[in-house]
Amino acid sequence: MTTTSTRALVTGRRLPKGRLMPRRRNEAPAQRPGQRRRQWRETLAGYGFLSPWLLGFFGLTIIPMIYSLYLSFTRYNIFQPPRWIGFDNYIRLFTNDPQFIQSAQITLIYVLVGTPVMLAAALATALLLNYRDKGAGFFRSAFYAPSLIAASVSVAIVWRALFSTDGPVDNTLSFFGINLGGWVGNPDLVLPAMIILAVWQFGATMVIFLAGLKQIPKELYEAAEMDGANALQRFRAVTMPMLSPVIFFNLLLGIIGAFQVFASAYIISNGSGGPAGMTNFITLYLYKRGFSDGQMGYAAAIAWVLLVVVAIIAFILFRTQRNWVHYSGDNR
Amino acid sequence: MSTSNAYTTSGGASTPVIAQQQAMPAPLPPTKRRKVKRKTWQTIVWFVVLIALTALVLYPLVWLFFATFKPNAEFGQNTGLIPENPTGENYLKVLEGIAGVPMWKFYWNSLVLATAAVVGTVISSALAAYAFARIQFKGLAILFAAMIGTLLLPFHVVIIPQYLLFNNLGMIDTFWPLILPKFLATEAFFVFLLVQFMRQMPRDMDEAARIDGAGHVRIFWAIIVPLIKPALITCAIFSFIWAWNDFLGPLLYLTSPENYPLPIALRLYNDQTSSSDYGATVTASFVALIPILVFFVVFQRFLVDGVATQGLKG
Repeated sequence: MTTTSTRALVTGRRLPKGRLMPRRRNEAPAQRPGQRRRQWRETLAGYGFLSPWLLGFFGLTIIPMIYSLYLSFTRYNIFQPPRWIGFDNYIRLFTNDPQFIQSAQITLIYVLVGTPVMLAAALATALLLNYRDKGAGFFRSAFYAPSLIAASVSVAIVWRALFSTDGPVDNTLSFFGINLGGWVGNPDLVLPAMIILAVWQFGATMVIFLAGLKQIPKELYEAAEMDGANALQRFRAVTMPMLSPVIFFNLLLGIIGAFQVFASAYIISNGSGGPAGMTNFITLYLYKRGFSDGQMGYAAAIAWVLLVVVAIIAFILFRTQRNWVHYSGDNR
Repeated sequence: MSTSNAYTTSGGASTPVIAQQQAMPAPLPPTKRRKVKRKTWQTIVWFVVLIALTALVLYPLVWLFFATFKPNAEFGQNTGLIPENPTGENYLKVLEGIAGVPMWKFYWNSLVLATAAVVGTVISSALAAYAFARIQFKGLAILFAAMIGTLLLPFHVVIIPQYLLFNNLGMIDTFWPLILPKFLATEAFFVFLLVQFMRQMPRDMDEAARIDGAGHVRIFWAIIVPLIKPALITCAIFSFIWAWNDFLGPLLYLTSPENYPLPIALRLYNDQTSSSDYGATVTASFVALIPILVFFVVFQRFLVDGVATQGLKG
């Protein structure tokens, strides 16, 4: 107690004069009776500062989540009150809705292929940029730029043009003798085009990886080199373990973000989810069911399936992290 | 003082060391000279690879820029970069707007939404972050865990009930459903970023102010806010860009064209013109991106370093 207050008093002199606390009122030292009152005041202040967040947390997140869980067991179209139908929505989803099954499949492919490839691209470029500091700043910014706009409608429109029949991609490939035609109209190629769009935003992750690489102590590499480790061995024994917490964090957020892809799929397919349902990602399907068909209860069930799947994947990641994520004690 | 440090440490602060190594004195033993030569070659290859990669990554944007000057007839014919008969016609068409609403109106709507998002997000997130980072109160641990939980929560789980809520409040086709949540710190990302930042700030100053009798409001306003200004700027820029790009929110809540922000207006272009007016569609897309590109050029340090610090301290 006394040590902190004296230190605070000493440093207190460095405060700008006048702006803060010109007068000193309560000089009384902390005493037992005052302790409880202080604790009470702290709690009051805490909830005071939190009040906007609390309102949003309960009013716009928790209560809506519970309500959406309730809706998922009903048939509801806004105009008539919700009617309880038990597990019917869920049963229909998994046994009698091929569109949903396809939607779940392509979403999983998109997430489970797109995110790791994006992370690999980010890691590879981060390693490349980490080779040299001079000039790296420019490339870092250039690679970062797409991640700010990749989710925008503008870029989706560009993608649609780039990957259309006789578009720049088709033309370039034809030049090399590969005649694939347009990607966005082809059920087999539209998903790869979407995944390329997901990978295109590797810049933000790359910046995080690069900052992580810079924090790895040089001595570790020197020690490994002394032991005769080659570049690949150094990467596996030093870089990967040291970077693994950052990789874990980005894998988790990347997967959750990828599940929520919406605007690009909507624009590329003109809101239809086509061709042949191959861009009908789960969020788009949810939107169509809930807001175009007015099946709010059914859409709520889709939302809850999405939530459970995301939770399961997050759980698996957290469980496996002890096998591959290395947390070192020294965090400066 | 320490605020500027927190940003620079993660960046390329070690450049001088490398520069010194490169400027080696001329006379060298043969083995070393060979090493230097190898190093030079590696550097050249490094630059070539990265320049090629940059060209590939930025090609879509460069293509977009040049495509805005292509007349409609060239789309599908000339897929190269440079327009054969450059024209400014697309821009004139885009200025007129679509669905009877001029382009400046869409721009204005986007600007209003994004500005409101910035104000709301910065204020509410900073308040919440202060409580999480600097106040010891009952329930702190569980609420903080809940906040982290919402960071991982897919937004789509709540869109239906939120829509019903705002529908019951009679707020459909107004900006309120898009603005109100921002004032309630619903983007956990920003709260989290600010908490991380505030925790790094030395506690000496607020303890001293505390002893001098300052309450939390005063400490927050006079000490913490000035200290975390760089983080607040990062939040402001990101919330602006996210609000500017937001598509699903306006798609759900705004029904009449004169309320549309740019992304929804772009959807109109995209829908109406499957192939007939490519020029206008592409040009409108580019025009909608301009503010973000300007933001990026002006604030890239805040953006890039903000991402670096946020990701690392997770």
